[in-house]
Amino acid sequence: MWGFLKRPVVVTANINLHLVALTGMGLLSRLWQLTYPRAVVFDEVYYGQYISFYMKRIFFLDDSGPPFGHMVLALGGYLGGFDGNFLWNRIGAEYSSNVPVWSLRLLPALAGALSVPMAYQIVLELHFSHCAAVGAALLMLIENALITQSRLMLLEAVLIFFNLLAVLSYLKFFNCQKQSPFSLSWWFWLTLTGVACSCAVGVKYMGVFTYMLMLVVAAVHAWHLIGDQTLSNVRVFCHLLARAVALLVIPAVLYLLFFYIHLTVLFRSGPHDQIMSSAFQASLEGGLARITQGQPLEVAFGSQVTLRSVFGKPVPCWLHSHQNTYPMIYENGRGSSHQQQVTCYPFKDVNNWWIVKDPRRHQLVVSSPPRPVRHGDMVQLVHGMTARSLNTHDVAAPMSPHSQEVSCYIDYNISMPAQNLWRLEIVNRRSDTEVWKTILSEVRFVHVNTSAVLKLSGAHLPDWGFRQLEIVGEKLSRGYHDSTVWNVEEHRYGTSQEQREREWELNSPVQVDASRNLSFMARFSELQWRMLVLRSDDSEHKYSSSPLEWVTLDTNIAYWLHPRTSAQIHLLGNIVIWVSGSLALAIYMLLFLWYLLRRRRNVHDLPQDAWLCWVLAGSLCGGGWAVNYLPFFLMEKTLFLYHYLPALTFQILLLPVVLQHISDHLCRSQLQRSVFSALVVAWYSSACHVSNTLRPLTYGDKSLSPEELKALRWKDSWDILIRKH
Amino acid sequence: MLCASGRLLAAQAATTLPAPPRASGPALHCRRRELHFPGYPELPSCDPLAGRLVRQSVPPGQRAIRRRGKMPPATGGGLAESELRPRRGRCGPQASRAAGRDVAARAAARNPKGLAWGSRRFETASRWALLALVTLLSFATRFHRLDEPPHICWDETHFGKMGSYYINRTFFFDVHPPLGKMLIGLAGYLSGYDGTFLFQKPGDKYEHHSYMGMRGLCAFLGSWLVPFAYLTVLDLSKSLSAALLTAALLTFDTGCLTLSQYILLDPILMFFIMAAMLSMVKYNSCVDRPFSALWWFWLSLTGVSLAGALGVKFVGLFIILQVGLNTIADLWYLFGDLSLSLVTVGKHVTARVLCLIVLPLALYTATFAVHFMVLSKSGPGDGFFSSAFQARLSGNNLHNASIPEHLAYGSEITVKNLQMAIGYLHSHRHLYPEGIGARQQQVTTYLHKDYNNLWIIKKHNTNSDPLDPSFPVEFVRHGDIIRLEHKETSRNLHSHYHEAPLTRKHYQVTGYGINGTGDSNDFWRIEVVNRKFGNRIKVLRSRIRLIHLVTGCVLGSSGKVLPRWGWEQLEVTCTPYLKETLNSLWNVEDHINPKLPNISLNVLQPSFPEILLESHMVMIWGNNGLKPKDNEFTSKPWHWPINYQGLRFSGVNDTDFRVYLLGNPVVWWLNLLSIVLYLLSGSIIAVAMQRGTRVPAEVAGLSQVLLRGGGQVLLGWMLHYFPFFLMGRVLYFHHYFPAMLFSSMLTGFSPLLCSRHSVGHPPAALCLGLGLLAPGQGHTHGGNPEPPPGHRLQLLPLPPSGLRDGWSPGPGPPKSYGRTKVARLMGILRPLRRFQPGSRNFPEEPAGTQYWTLPAVRKLPKEPEEFCCPPGPSCGSAPGTEASIGESRSSVHSTTEDSNLQAAPWCAAQRRMGARGWTWVRVYVRAHCPYPFGTQTV
Repeated sequence: MWGFLKRPVVVTANINLHLVALTGMGLLSRLWQLTYPRAVVFDEVYYGQYISFYMKRIFFLDDSGPPFGHMVLALGGYLGGFDGNFLWNRIGAEYSSNVPVWSLRLLPALAGALSVPMAYQIVLELHFSHCAAVGAALLMLIENALITQSRLMLLEAVLIFFNLLAVLSYLKFFNCQKQSPFSLSWWFWLTLTGVACSCAVGVKYMGVFTYMLMLVVAAVHAWHLIGDQTLSNVRVFCHLLARAVALLVIPAVLYLLFFYIHLTVLFRSGPHDQIMSSAFQASLEGGLARITQGQPLEVAFGSQVTLRSVFGKPVPCWLHSHQNTYPMIYENGRGSSHQQQVTCYPFKDVNNWWIVKDPRRHQLVVSSPPRPVRHGDMVQLVHGMTARSLNTHDVAAPMSPHSQEVSCYIDYNISMPAQNLWRLEIVNRRSDTEVWKTILSEVRFVHVNTSAVLKLSGAHLPDWGFRQLEIVGEKLSRGYHDSTVWNVEEHRYGTSQEQREREWELNSPVQVDASRNLSFMARFSELQWRMLVLRSDDSEHKYSSSPLEWVTLDTNIAYWLHPRTSAQIHLLGNIVIWVSGSLALAIYMLLFLWYLLRRRRNVHDLPQDAWLCWVLAGSLCGGGWAVNYLPFFLMEKTLFLYHYLPALTFQILLLPVVLQHISDHLCRSQLQRSVFSALVVAWYSSACHVSNTLRPLTYGDKSLSPEELKALRWKDSWDILIRKH
Repeated sequence: MLCASGRLLAAQAATTLPAPPRASGPALHCRRRELHFPGYPELPSCDPLAGRLVRQSVPPGQRAIRRRGKMPPATGGGLAESELRPRRGRCGPQASRAAGRDVAARAAARNPKGLAWGSRRFETASRWALLALVTLLSFATRFHRLDEPPHICWDETHFGKMGSYYINRTFFFDVHPPLGKMLIGLAGYLSGYDGTFLFQKPGDKYEHHSYMGMRGLCAFLGSWLVPFAYLTVLDLSKSLSAALLTAALLTFDTGCLTLSQYILLDPILMFFIMAAMLSMVKYNSCVDRPFSALWWFWLSLTGVSLAGALGVKFVGLFIILQVGLNTIADLWYLFGDLSLSLVTVGKHVTARVLCLIVLPLALYTATFAVHFMVLSKSGPGDGFFSSAFQARLSGNNLHNASIPEHLAYGSEITVKNLQMAIGYLHSHRHLYPEGIGARQQQVTTYLHKDYNNLWIIKKHNTNSDPLDPSFPVEFVRHGDIIRLEHKETSRNLHSHYHEAPLTRKHYQVTGYGINGTGDSNDFWRIEVVNRKFGNRIKVLRSRIRLIHLVTGCVLGSSGKVLPRWGWEQLEVTCTPYLKETLNSLWNVEDHINPKLPNISLNVLQPSFPEILLESHMVMIWGNNGLKPKDNEFTSKPWHWPINYQGLRFSGVNDTDFRVYLLGNPVVWWLNLLSIVLYLLSGSIIAVAMQRGTRVPAEVAGLSQVLLRGGGQVLLGWMLHYFPFFLMGRVLYFHHYFPAMLFSSMLTGFSPLLCSRHSVGHPPAALCLGLGLLAPGQGHTHGGNPEPPPGHRLQLLPLPPSGLRDGWSPGPGPPKSYGRTKVARLMGILRPLRRFQPGSRNFPEEPAGTQYWTLPAVRKLPKEPEEFCCPPGPSCGSAPGTEASIGESRSSVHSTTEDSNLQAAPWCAAQRRMGARGWTWVRVYVRAHCPYPFGTQTV
């Protein structure tokens, strides 16, 4: 126990100077002059506003990705003491002095810098030589597009970092597996794989592809494990269980954790509230919560309510009516009922108030004690300001002629009686006698006479309808659709019977009584769902490109131009690396196919272990490229060159692997080998040269003359900005 | 185990089994413990992991023999064959005949001759009889009351109309390839339909027009689905019960039935899909006799069916994918077979390339050739196609037209976008609405021909009339600055720095100016792609670009549909991003200039490959264009397998005859269950095999059938179902039916999974299938001809229609909202209860009354239990009947059944177990039997 007193305490440290040097160079290349330019560069304008929201604790919704990436950026702002006061309105705007530019850009730059030594480690763990590993790291180091992207407040560098971390830790784990399963380092790397995967997914949805790749590779290895008959059944089960926990459970929990932090941090209402449901809005501080706080929970006969469409497309809106009637004859010659218009109105208005009336009584006020409305009850909806009740009948709706018109009934004393009975159907009920609740209940109104359902058709009415949204009675109840579902947003028990008093009452703000809360899971699932289904209207962008252009670097993105000089920053890759990366991939595929076919005919060109290394390297690097690149062909959103960068890093990893393979296995003589090494050195120095030539466009630190800029325009499709005067 | 199959199966085994017992060669090099379990009677290998893996472990010489399809040598050859051919099955009747002769000779030596022959002939006959029965039943159900309703149902309005177009030879455009509609047209033509019916909207009465031919074709093709599925499953599982169950499921699935009865593409499509599947399976089972006539026949038939499937709908791509995957796997194993020379492998590859790629492509192209040949007259589809394409159609104003070749100032022209299906540059007397750019006249693109498509080319600086005869003709040249004046409204094509209505980053294009006098924003530079400055501009052939002089943007169309204010025409913008896309290229189509000489346009005739390519582009565009709008109810793929809601075929308001496409819930939910069951058991088996668990040979063989045959079918289901999740277009319930065929086939395999005793019993399966004749059938033909007036909706006797909320067939009575969940769950039981004899709703359903009760059926085969016990030789005690199961069984019948039972005590146990249907125990017991029957003890 006291042994350490008897023996000298010795610390032996193995320091891999390769690694240290690479890290140092990585840091130097990414952190050098990090605060320059002190202006908003390209998508910083986009992410910046979310950082400000985080600083101000205002709720927002961004459909571009889960919140972890934004949170990483916001962490930088938090560490730098950013107060969120900056108007992110245009690219190129100078940062004011309160914006800590250095710390905002620090985390992505660190992530980018650490990717360099990680590339080294990955190639090493794939059992290739140090030389190849250093080559991979050096390529990462001088890749201009990666440098540009990681020096700015953008998320790709972070995503790439976690992608590489996931691959690296899986490889470490896999190598541990052979020697010491269930050891401490085994557990550490296994867990780290799961953590890195979930972080990658948390930064951008694209991370899912890398996660899937890791899962597939892990599944294949686990399958081999199952086939290993030296292991006992219990042990196999333990192995599988450990993997399932680390690679499935931990990522899921972490993903939820990101959202938990997101929702905890952002508790104030903000500009994106309208997209969310009333219940969600009510859980935010300020905004709707201020209005709905303390309103009665159970809707009773006589309640005054506003009804909001749950679907909220094209815009969130409330059931509305006003004095104006439908025009007698529409533009296309069809007739209408000429009754009072019922629309959906995207703004709060006193005309959005409706009174829930019991058809059997004549009262418009809540009796005491209030009689709550339940699922299946028959109700009439009386418009608060005009006291006419909601009605639908067999008349074609103005914009959607296949549906019924919905109106507020005016008795013209012709043979068209009022059909104003609706049956209340609570969609998210737990029992069939459930009470209609404010905000929480999602209800449908089914017309009693025609069994039509009250529906928001999504069409805009013409001028006579003040461009409000059309409401129809959908006759064909073909299943369930969100556009037929409504919820009560504002609610109060009406007290005044007289119309004049009621108008006064409706004009006054809502009175207050109790509050309610939404569980985290409910908020999470709603937020996640909205993020996935929200469609921002995609329009083409000047610098958008198609995936086919990426492989050969036929496009670039101008990120920033100095307001006076012609110094500029471009996302522009090192074309030598891009082209040779694609070539290496092609060579790999061909060689792999060749070996595979020959092995099938029982010709073994490679020794078994070399073959396994070759396959593993290909499936991780080539597979990583494929999963990060090919899905873009299926996507319909606007795509940019920087979407290719994760795929590119995997290509860069593959490049030295292929080179070493050629030198080891295809060069027969020593002479060939030396010639090949010389070629590789020449190729690498040309890559360095290209990188150096493009450096002014990467860092934007040097103003070039128009001639120099023209000389840099190696491809006609590159868009390099030249000032005319 | 044998109990499952009964006599028929045994007989089948007898007729089809070639080798195993025949060889009297040396002892096996491992103990053959496997049994001839009925589903897979010839399970060959001693290795529990029998299959393709085994092949490699075998001396190559034997394999070579097998591969080349020669007869094996007498000693050991038969054994090798039996061991190495896990996949070999019946290769059609020829194979069985060829193999059977040998068996017969040996059998004849030992058995009373007449008995063997007689029983075999009987069994063959009964096998054919079963097939005939299945086919007949299928035809009977599909053709029953085919003529009702005598009005247009659902999409008949499209496909019937397209059939008429073929008969009238007018050109039309559709998003599907032409074969299906051509067949419909042909059927109509042959049955005397004259193409005069308008097919305007669903519900229109056919009256005197002949429509039965077209419906008959669809029903005819749809009827073949059942026998095809039957044969496929029979071949894959070698189990009669599985095949019968599949056939029963499909025969009595009301969805398939409904879908096969109307003029639709789906029965035709499904016919080709199933034909391809069947022929693929058949040719796979011929694999031991490569390059035989039969092999070629099935291989090329696969190709033909693939071409058919693709020619009807692009959904056919999925079956092509499946056949492709199957072929790749097949070739991969052939390639790994070292006993085959590379030349042989090359032959295999070539044969498949020929039959599965070249042949289908040729046929597919041929259908298009016929399509273009038949449709030679101008019709409603013209505007979707390019100018050159239209010049082919007689009646089109470009056909045999002669127009001036070069553009000159003063010419009246129409300008067409080069991108497919964008149309002509168009303007009309309507302004952009308030708030959308400048309030000037709209400019759009329009797909139809119209006077508002006419524009006049003018010089930018003068407004003089260039058609004045005193001026000389001045041609427009590449790089000229021009003005385009709209002929009807005399406004100039104009653009400015306002954002376009939909594509906000582009500039708005308007019509501006009064009587041709505008401002400098009306000037455009006209450029020809790939031409030098100063060249003249040719009509139709020059690809031109219009560049706005002031802003430098390019005139283009975004292809987006304007809202109602723009009459749902397409948006025209001026794009500042100078990207070279077809959207910003135009050509001049019509050209009127009295001062210029006309030339003939016949030089334009596009070649066939060009037409083919163009029509495909237009079809793909059309498919992508079928996007659902917001706030619309659309069918989602996850709705389908659970039968969430159906599709109303007929009976909106004006008819009493209501048809509702809805799957038989029992069948569909059974299918779902069996998929889960299959995945579960499949993964258990796979893991067990990977762990190297020693399983009894029988189970191993069973799992082979399950993994391979079932896997094939499961792959089909997945390929025909999951891609729909990725599709952005509007989807309908009927898209699921090809997948449903596959999942029903998978369900057919389920008796192999669970107890083979009760479910797998062929008559029982049949009876169960009859039992599934559930409510939808009532729907299909359940129209009440004379409902009391006034209350007809409420009184229609469609009681089972409300099983689920989504299944309301049209504007029926309001649903009962008070129904509890429990009641809904109970609803599933209702159709069965309804089946009792005398039920009011199924009065004339003979099947229900006769077959429903199980005990009655049990009596059909004579004492099924007695087959449970294999005859004596299995326990090594009885005198050897070394032939296959069927024969031994027949001999046992005649001789010493009781003594056998006593001699083998486990048989009694098995009988007890078997009676309870506990297969696994039975299997276990039998596996411990020292000498399983079927060994070569003479």
